[in-house]
Amino acid sequence: MIEIISSVFLIVGAFFSLTGAVGIFKFPDFFTRVHAASVTDSISTILIIFGLILRTDFDLVAVKLLFILIFMLLTSPTASHALAKSARHGGLLTLAETRSDKKVGDD
Amino acid sequence: MAEIIDLVLLGMLAITAFNIIFIKDLFTVVMLFGIYSFLSALIFVNLDAVDVAFTEAAVGAGISTVLMLGTLALTGRKEKASSHKTILPLLVVCVTGAALIYGTLDMPLFGDPDNPAHQHVAPRYIEDSPQEIGIPNMVTSVLASYRAFDTLGETAVVFAAAIGVLSLLGLPKRDRATIQSGLKSHLVLRVVAKMIIPLIVLFALYVQFHGDYGPGGGFQAGVIAAAALILYALVFGLPMATHVVPPRVLKALAALGVLIYAGTGVVSLFLSANFLDYSVLAEDPVAGQHIGIIAIELGVGITVFAAMLCIFYAFAGQTERKNIQ
Amino acid sequence: MLVLSATCIAILSVMALALARALKADTVYDRILGVNMFGTKTALFIALMGFLSGRPDFLDIAIVYALINFLGMIAVLRFFEYTAGDENQEQEK
Repeated sequence: MIEIISSVFLIVGAFFSLTGAVGIFKFPDFFTRVHAASVTDSISTILIIFGLILRTDFDLVAVKLLFILIFMLLTSPTASHALAKSARHGGLLTLAETRSDKKVGDD
Repeated sequence: MAEIIDLVLLGMLAITAFNIIFIKDLFTVVMLFGIYSFLSALIFVNLDAVDVAFTEAAVGAGISTVLMLGTLALTGRKEKASSHKTILPLLVVCVTGAALIYGTLDMPLFGDPDNPAHQHVAPRYIEDSPQEIGIPNMVTSVLASYRAFDTLGETAVVFAAAIGVLSLLGLPKRDRATIQSGLKSHLVLRVVAKMIIPLIVLFALYVQFHGDYGPGGGFQAGVIAAAALILYALVFGLPMATHVVPPRVLKALAALGVLIYAGTGVVSLFLSANFLDYSVLAEDPVAGQHIGIIAIELGVGITVFAAMLCIFYAFAGQTERKNIQ
Repeated sequence: MLVLSATCIAILSVMALALARALKADTVYDRILGVNMFGTKTALFIALMGFLSGRPDFLDIAIVYALINFLGMIAVLRFFEYTAGDENQEQEK
């Protein structure tokens, strides 16, 4: 039973990370791409690590996996946030802003 | 499955390497070098060489990236266009590459148990180290006991590298704490870094003292501990980091590590055994080996930590000086 | 076992896509995004690989990967904060 639950977690996690990978190619501007990458990163990390924890005997290995989970949940969104902030600071515009800029230019 | 993973990883490695050659923007090249290190460490993991992968990930992807970025901050990020002709060098490279590939034809098959590498001293280490040294991680027992003299040499090389960088660049002065630097505007980053850094130091201590049982040891632990302080310096600014660990202390620590290592050898000399033969350090030879390995791993850890941080301080100090002027 | 292998292959293909993004990007930020994604997925991949080969001691390396990836990201951002100003000045000239 636990094996099946773990498999479901792993497959859903893998699916989400694949959607993230598609997202960083298909979304129109940088900020939506960051969004795709960071959100799917977090959810797939949670799901896959939980799926793996269910496969351990709940010993030191499970604790280490939990440590990885905590570490990645702290660092990965922070890195994405800092990256997006730096991009904004560096003058990158969202798609909507680029469009409205063009309209102003046309007028 | 392992073969498929290997092939995919090697393919990605080759693609990354080709792109590194052709891209002119050095900043991109540094980031690709980080990916290259990650990939080669993954290949090491796949080959079961866990300790090597550990070192490659920590040094190759972590510290090297930071130091190369520090160099770029001093020199600029565009590669100069080469003015000379490239046909002759290309020819030389092709001929050398062909000769090397021809040379591999004579090499023994990969993974063959009759290979010279598996016949020479490896069987002896594998059979006798559980009785002679008695620690589960055989890599540590070879590195720290059977080949302790080699490892002493490596530690001395790390120490010498730190001295070399210091004599070229010089350490930053401690009393410049008035200058604000670091990632001031990233509030979230500062808060999270405060939470992460203790975890990293804790993990470094775990790697240091768990090296007898699992992958890790002094080299890796030193690098990870240095990474924690480098992260601190990057987020809160170099003056804050030099306030926590003054350069003066680092110089002393780098020397202290080598001293502990060589001192362990001298102690065993005085106890009428060979240099770095730990069996005489306690009544029971196996317990003596344990004490010796813990002592020299501590020495290696301290030296590597201090040397890595010294080198980073030297680079970062130069960058700050350039920014002030 | 089959599920683990399938997850491994999925993560491996995500890594390949992230690498492609890092190699062929519109802006530098996209490149950094690709590199970051590659790093986090590598840590997951090592954890999976440890279970696939039945040696969960590999997890220590996954921790190092997660840590080093974060350090690399911060170093890149810090480099950017320092040099972006220089570049804009050069362009203005």
